[in-house]
Amino acid sequence: MAQIRVENLRKSFDQFAAVQGSNFTIDDGAFFAMLGPSGCGKTTTLRMIAGLELPTEGKILLDSEDVTFQRASARDIAFVFQLFALYPHMNVAENIGFPLKCQGMARRDIHQRVQETAKLLRIEHLLSSKTSKLSGGDRQRVALGRAMVRRPKAFLMDEPLGALDSEFRHLMCSELRDLHDRIGATTVYVTHDQLEAMSMADRIAVMNQGRVEQIGLPQEIYDRPASMFVADFIGSPPMNFLRFEAGLRSGDRTISFHDTSIAVPEIREDRASAGMALGVRPEHIRFADAAPVRGEVFGAEYLGTTQIVTVDTAHGRIAARLPSSTPVRIGERVGLEFRSERLALFDVASGLAIRTATAGSADHG
Amino acid sequence: MTAALTKSTAHSIVEASPRAKMVAGGLVILYAVITILPLVWIVATAFKSQSDAIAYPPKVIFEPTLEGFVNLFTVRTRQTPDFIAKLPPPETWYDKLVRQRDMVIAGPSKVVPRFVNSLIIGFGSTFLAVFLGTLAAYAFSRFRIPLANDLLFFILSTRMMPPVAVAIPIYLMYRQLNLTDTRLGMILLYTAVNVSLAVWLLKGFIDEIPREYEEAALVDGYTRLQALRKVVLPQAVTGIAATAIFCLIFSWNEYAFAVLLTSGEAQTMPPFIPFIIGEGGQDWPAVAAATTLFVVPIVLFTVLLRKHLLRGITFGAVRK
Repeated sequence: MAQIRVENLRKSFDQFAAVQGSNFTIDDGAFFAMLGPSGCGKTTTLRMIAGLELPTEGKILLDSEDVTFQRASARDIAFVFQLFALYPHMNVAENIGFPLKCQGMARRDIHQRVQETAKLLRIEHLLSSKTSKLSGGDRQRVALGRAMVRRPKAFLMDEPLGALDSEFRHLMCSELRDLHDRIGATTVYVTHDQLEAMSMADRIAVMNQGRVEQIGLPQEIYDRPASMFVADFIGSPPMNFLRFEAGLRSGDRTISFHDTSIAVPEIREDRASAGMALGVRPEHIRFADAAPVRGEVFGAEYLGTTQIVTVDTAHGRIAARLPSSTPVRIGERVGLEFRSERLALFDVASGLAIRTATAGSADHG
Repeated sequence: MTAALTKSTAHSIVEASPRAKMVAGGLVILYAVITILPLVWIVATAFKSQSDAIAYPPKVIFEPTLEGFVNLFTVRTRQTPDFIAKLPPPETWYDKLVRQRDMVIAGPSKVVPRFVNSLIIGFGSTFLAVFLGTLAAYAFSRFRIPLANDLLFFILSTRMMPPVAVAIPIYLMYRQLNLTDTRLGMILLYTAVNVSLAVWLLKGFIDEIPREYEEAALVDGYTRLQALRKVVLPQAVTGIAATAIFCLIFSWNEYAFAVLLTSGEAQTMPPFIPFIIGEGGQDWPAVAAATTLFVVPIVLFTVLLRKHLLRGITFGAVRK
C-alpha cells in the first residue's frame, strides 16, 4: 500500500497540453476519484502515474520514491482498463495468474494465489472458462482479479465500469467499494460519471482542460464548489447561475441582486463591482408567491419522489427540484425562493467562487 | 395458381432462392474447373511418356510412367544398343527404364540443388520480411513516430514501379557487391520487395489489437519486447500467417530477377524449369514433373495456414 504524490505534472502532445501542472497527494489506502469531462486530462494523469506515458515535466512519487521515469513494471501498481483487456488466448485462471507468471513465480504458488483471489471475487466457478464466454460483470471481476493477485501498492482504474450496462454498473460500484474496504489498497479511479465518483470515492479531484479545479470530499465538492465549472459539472440538473452586477463587502449578509436584495451566507472578501453569478442548486429552490425572483413555468419532469420544474425568468431558465406533490401548471407565474444559507457566489470573469461563511475554504487545485 | 404465385413472390433478403443458389453453385464449379484444369493437366503430363505427352488428339487415359521424373532428376547419354547390351544388368528400376530408351544415366541433374535454393531463398526471405515487417508495423502502430505517414508512403512507394524498371540498377549494384548469383543476394532482394507489403498488411492487423492488452502486460511486469512476443504476437498470428503466405508466393514464383541475377550456384526453380526443355529434345513430362514438385511446398504451406488465411483476408473488414 502506498501514498501517491503528484508534483507539477505536465504533459503535452505536440502543441496540445493535456495536463497542465497538477499537484495532489493521494493518501495511503484512500479511494481517490479523478472526475471530469472527456479530454480533461484525467486518463493521461492516470497513465503517467502507471508509467504508460512519460510526463513532459513534473514528478510522481510513490511512497516518497521518485518513480517519474521508471518503467511501468518496476512501479508495482496494477491497472484496470475500461475494455478489461483480458487476454483472449488465455482462460480465466491464466488471465488472473498472468502477472505472477510475469514475475516468474512457481506454478503451484500461482495456482494458490489465483484460487484465493477468485474466492475473494466469488468467481471460483469460472476459473477454467474462456474469457469470451463471460458476461460484462464477470469480465470486470476477472480484470480486477488480475490486478489484485499481485497485491500491488496501488490500483489504477480507468473508467472500469464504462463498458457495463447501467444495472451492472450499480452492482459493481458497491462491489468495488466493498472490495476496497476489505483489502484497503490505495485506489485511483478515473471516471466521467459523477454518481460513480460521489458514491465510491473518499476524495474527488475534479479536472477540466488539463487542470485540477477542486479536490475534496464528495460533500465539499457538491456543497462548496470552488468554481463555476465544478458547480456546473456536479449535480443533475446542475447548479443554476443567476448573473448580476454588484460590488461585495466583507461581512455583508445580503447582495443587491438587480432591484432587490437577496440574503446569502456571510461574505468574507471585498470585491469591486463586477459581473457576478449567484449559484443555486435546484433542490434549494421552492415556490413562494412573495419572492422577488419571478417567472413562468416552462415545463416539469416527473421523477417519482421529486420533479424538476423549469421556470423562465428574467435571469434565464432556472431548474428547481420540488416534491412531486407540489401542483405545477405550465405557463403559471410563480415566485422562486432560495435557501439563503446554501447559496454560492462566483466571479464570472475568473469563474472562481467568492469566499463566504460556507464556501471558498475548500482547497483549490 | 395462388400457391405458385406466393412461392415466386416470397422474397427473403437473407436466404437466396433455390434457383439463385443453383446458378451461384454452377458458377463456382465452373470457375473451380477452369482454375484447376491446367494444374491437373500438368500433373497428368508429369506421369505420361514423351510420346503420350505430345499425342494428338491429347490422351486423357494413358499408361502412367515415372519417366518424366527420372529424366528430371538425371543426366543421360545416348548409346548404341550393342553398348547397352554389353553392360552389366541394370541395378535399379530407373537404370532399366532409361536403358529401354537406348540411354544410360551419366549422373544426377541439378534439380535438387535448384530446389534447395528455392526453399532457402523463398522461406528465408519470407521469414525475414515477416520478422522485420512485424517489428516495423508494431512501431508504426504503437509509437508516435515523426513523419510516420510519410515513411509509410515511402515504404509503399518501393512497390509502385514494375520490378523490371529497377532490374538494371540492381544488377549493377549486385555486381559491385559480389551478390550476383548468391543465395544471400536473392534473400535480401526478395526481403526488400516483400517487407513493404508486410509492413502495410501487418500494421492493419496490429492496429486492430487493442493496445490495452500490452499495456496491461507492461504494468504486470513485462518489458516492451516480452509484451510484444507473449501478448501481441499470439493475437496477430492470423495476420502474420496471411502475410507470410503472400510473401512466400511472391518470392517462390519470382522469375524476372531470378533470371537476371542467378545463373548457377543460386539459381531458383523458376528460371531452371525452362532449361529442362533443352536437354535432349522437348521433354514435356520432365518439365511437368518439375512444375508438379515446384507447387507442392506452396500448396502444403497454404493448406497448413489456410484457416488463418481465410480469417486473415477478411480480418478487420467488419468492426466487431
